[in-house]
Amino acid sequence: MASGVKPRVKVPKSASAGDVITIKTLISHPMESGQRKDGDGNIIPRSIINRFTCEFNGESVIDVKLEPAVSTNPYVEFDATVPAAGDFKFTWYDDDGSVYEETKSISVG
Amino acid sequence: MKLTRRDALALGLGATAASLLPFRAFAAADEAIAAFTGGSEVGEGGLTLTAPEIAENGNTVPVSVDAPGAVSILILATGNPTPGVATFNFGPLAGSQAASTRIRLAGTQDVVAIAKMADGSFVKAASTVKVTIGGCGG
Repeated sequence: MASGVKPRVKVPKSASAGDVITIKTLISHPMESGQRKDGDGNIIPRSIINRFTCEFNGESVIDVKLEPAVSTNPYVEFDATVPAAGDFKFTWYDDDGSVYEETKSISVG
Repeated sequence: MKLTRRDALALGLGATAASLLPFRAFAAADEAIAAFTGGSEVGEGGLTLTAPEIAENGNTVPVSVDAPGAVSILILATGNPTPGVATFNFGPLAGSQAASTRIRLAGTQDVVAIAKMADGSFVKAASTVKVTIGGCGG
């Protein structure tokens, strides 16, 4: 069980309709790869974020499958088109079944 | 047969050379590529993979991929215990078919990116990253 998981997302507050904006996301998570061993030589079980998605008003922007080779505190940067004002919904899926969500609104003007 | 000192030296040199040949475990990476492409031909060009030439810390190596017109991009680290790193699937609202992230590399190796284009073709790009301190613990 990962503790202290906190998503952080950077989205511009406003954009012009049709603009392409850059979104930066980071979630604090240990991303335990399942390869490391503890002091007694036992393998520390895998615990990672295995999927990350971003949607804008219900339409997909990006859907990322993450594997243990992604660093601690997985960081993803990508571009999105903003056709109109609305909400970006970010979702992270943990190995343990937890789902972390974050929403950011953007205005057009 | 009598083993002279000269023979022994030659044998030793030969064995060293053989072990230095790049016989690394590429099989797992090849499998991952085949699973992604379905065995199709993989071309070149149209995909940019940006990775540092030298990464001091293998725990966080920044990489970015850019393939205009791609549907999805797969990133592989051929020298890691498990080669898969990440797969980016771009939706209709993706502003560009580009993404960046930070990855772990166990040691000096080739990082490979494969993009699936909208027309169903595949392109590949690779970049060698020298890693000073590996990032897989253990």
